[in-house]
Amino acid sequence: MAEDTDPNAPWITLAGMLPVAITAALFIFFAGYLPGIAAGDTVRWAWAWIPSLDIALSFWLDGLSLMFALLITGIGALVMLYAARYLAGHPQYPRFSLYLFLFMLSMLGLVLADNLIALFVFWELTTFTSYLLIGFSHADPKSRRNALQALLLTAAGGLALLAGFILIGITQGTFELSVLNAAGSLSGDAWYLPILILVLAGAFTKSAQVPFHFWLPNAMAAPTPVSAYLHSATMVKGGVYLLARMHPSLSGTEVWLWTLTLFGGVTTVFASVMALRQIDLKQTLAYTTLMALGTLVMLLGGASGYAITAAMAFLLVHSLYKAALFLMIGVVDHATGTRDADVLGRLAGKMPATAAAAGLAALSMAGIPPLLGFIAKEVAYAGAVQSPVWPLLILFGLTANALMVAVAAIVAWRPFFGPQGQLPRPPHEGPWAMLLGPMALALLGLALGLAPGYAALLVEPAVNAVLGAPDSGGRLKLWAGFNLPLLLSGVTLALGLVLYLRHQSLRDRLIWLEARVPDLDAGWDRLLEHFMAAAKGQTRLIQTGRLRHYLFATFTVIVATVAVTMLARGPAAPAPSMGGLSVREWGIAGLILAGTLAVVLTRAVMTAIIALGVVGIGVALIFIVYSAPDVAITQLLVELLVVVLFAVAALKMPPALDPEGRQRHRPADAVLALLAGSVTTLVLLMVTSLPFDRRLSDFFEASSYAEAYGRNIVNVILVDFRALDTFGEIAVVVTAALGAFALLKSVSKARTRSGGAEGDREDRA
Amino acid sequence: MNSIIFSAGARILVALLLVFSVFMLLRGHNLPGGGFIGGLIGAVGFIVYALACGTAEAKAALRVSPEAIAMVGLGIALSAGLAAAPFGEALFTGIWIWVGGDSYATAALKPNTVLVFDVGVYLVVLGSIVSLACAFEEEV
Repeated sequence: MAEDTDPNAPWITLAGMLPVAITAALFIFFAGYLPGIAAGDTVRWAWAWIPSLDIALSFWLDGLSLMFALLITGIGALVMLYAARYLAGHPQYPRFSLYLFLFMLSMLGLVLADNLIALFVFWELTTFTSYLLIGFSHADPKSRRNALQALLLTAAGGLALLAGFILIGITQGTFELSVLNAAGSLSGDAWYLPILILVLAGAFTKSAQVPFHFWLPNAMAAPTPVSAYLHSATMVKGGVYLLARMHPSLSGTEVWLWTLTLFGGVTTVFASVMALRQIDLKQTLAYTTLMALGTLVMLLGGASGYAITAAMAFLLVHSLYKAALFLMIGVVDHATGTRDADVLGRLAGKMPATAAAAGLAALSMAGIPPLLGFIAKEVAYAGAVQSPVWPLLILFGLTANALMVAVAAIVAWRPFFGPQGQLPRPPHEGPWAMLLGPMALALLGLALGLAPGYAALLVEPAVNAVLGAPDSGGRLKLWAGFNLPLLLSGVTLALGLVLYLRHQSLRDRLIWLEARVPDLDAGWDRLLEHFMAAAKGQTRLIQTGRLRHYLFATFTVIVATVAVTMLARGPAAPAPSMGGLSVREWGIAGLILAGTLAVVLTRAVMTAIIALGVVGIGVALIFIVYSAPDVAITQLLVELLVVVLFAVAALKMPPALDPEGRQRHRPADAVLALLAGSVTTLVLLMVTSLPFDRRLSDFFEASSYAEAYGRNIVNVILVDFRALDTFGEIAVVVTAALGAFALLKSVSKARTRSGGAEGDREDRA
Repeated sequence: MNSIIFSAGARILVALLLVFSVFMLLRGHNLPGGGFIGGLIGAVGFIVYALACGTAEAKAALRVSPEAIAMVGLGIALSAGLAAAPFGEALFTGIWIWVGGDSYATAALKPNTVLVFDVGVYLVVLGSIVSLACAFEEEV
């Protein structure tokens, strides 16, 4: 990233500072609700959106959404300020700033939405905007590929989620989360399991649970500020937010407990092991994000006050330290030009502020007192001990947390105090705009750890919202006495230190192991390849490029569907009575029949075209006889145009159709034509044998002049009663004309290139 | 087609057909006609002209490219539909204003969005068909 930027370029621009100002103002706005929400209030804003479908644009601010809103806007403002400096002088920085701002707004909408459909819309908006952000370095094919992978995977989960939401709406009769959560658990509903599976599919893809995890490390192709934002407080927490939001409705069953515990547990252990394997520090942090997401999902599987308090506290502390660490890696990368864990070392002297921020954030990540990370871990252990699946939770938790201690040391100890390798650039301290973010977030982790009462102000209302009932609270304590969780913390720390001391040899073994397990990322590429191959295969099969094949297929389908319907349920066709026909009508019928026979029997192109025109004029005459002048005029003009255009084309075509006189497809064509004609005739006979329903005609006759002031009913329908339809039709006319225009021009170009090749003349005949 | 009779006749025919097409467009509200038919008649006029004198001359006579005419027509039709919004009506509701009277029967002038919409239809049909025919004539 940094190569396109110019450190000396002016970085305080309108495009950069306006979003920062708006986001900071939003943070202050939401912070103003903190005392009220902490006291148990909730706020709801609602506007009618699609009232006929019971869909409203409604927002709900309670403890859970407030905590997320504060994290999104607070970290958002710091990250935007950081990005302005980080990408200073980048030619596409204004675009980046817009994407980031739009992403922030979508994320805010997602956590505030009360209506499930509105939530889904914001959910998809975060998917799209994150796609733009991950693929920001669009000149790099890897970046584009990774962005597309994230988009496809999370959007596929999003579709499952939509299906789940619609099921909820149908079975529960409401789309409002506030109403739904107040009604209690859905576990008794017959549709509970399908709903749960669909919602979990959405949440697990978004929050990158194994086996959908592989998009997240790849999303590191984005510039560092994006990673810091997407992977700390926002994008990937979307799934966790959803699980927390729907906790009152969906939790409390065995399925919920086991699914979340197993998926979350496997993800957390897998991710923390993989974090140890990485050399690029940004990748290391990406896997620790996965680990955090796994832990959060695992904790949300429980229903006790301890488990939920642990989840919410861990969510808060993880957002703080993860954003700080990502931003810190960006500062180091910016200053030294590398993120290689083996190369970076002894930077503390040159970059003291960065080292301090990194150290504080890493201590919180490792769960060392007196930081907030320690408190969160203690509560998590306390919750795990009480859980019905406690052996699993302790096993997963202990492994992951010990590995986190080791990773924290790799990320924050080694680069600053460890041995130094060959750095691409001499290190220097980062600019203030890039230090403010990590510094503020790291200090916040310390301050909230020392004064857990302030953290409780944020966490406890969120816990109450998730549990759906007021919780006893008061669990966030720096010192809870000598107990089992403290012992577990001690074991974690010791294990972690051992792991850190041996991490380089462990990493080699992990690399050896990784080469021997199936690679889901490569599997994804193969899946896409097969998909493309299938699409190409069916295109080759269906799109032959021959007009006759298309027409044959179209008419076969029409005949088959109509004939099957008639056979299955249609009444017998009444016998036609020819008695009432006058000489004039017999004459027109004869004209049409003669024209048709001439088209079929002639071998000269020009004769066929003119004979076709005769058929068309015969149809127009029928319209005139039955007093539909508008339709007749249109029909005549269209026939005229078709004949003229065909005649123009005929000048360039071989003069004779079917020069050899024995084309093998003609018998089949004849059978299909006769069938199509017979089926159409039968349908028309059946339709006309029914009594004519005059309701519409009466309405238009009565209101055409009275309401639309026109006596030509056809035209009044076109331009007034059904003007929207007409608008759609003329839009189609324009599109078709432009499409045909482009096609004709490209064909002629291709032909001049290939030196006037024969082309496919047979098809245009 | 290098026929002097045809090309001389075409010039007169074009003028007549164009006037006729506008006539058909305007009478459409109460008598057979309207934007679709008017546009088709106008297109026939230009196609006759293009056949007689070549597409280059026909396009020069149009002054604007037929694709642009079609797009402008679509824009006019859309704006006629949007014009209902300031009056608090649903999209594409016909809006009528009475000048010199207070109803359809008494007003001397009756400006309305329905006719504007029909003009849009006319231009779309004219532009699209002429564009298609000219491309066909040039390329085939």
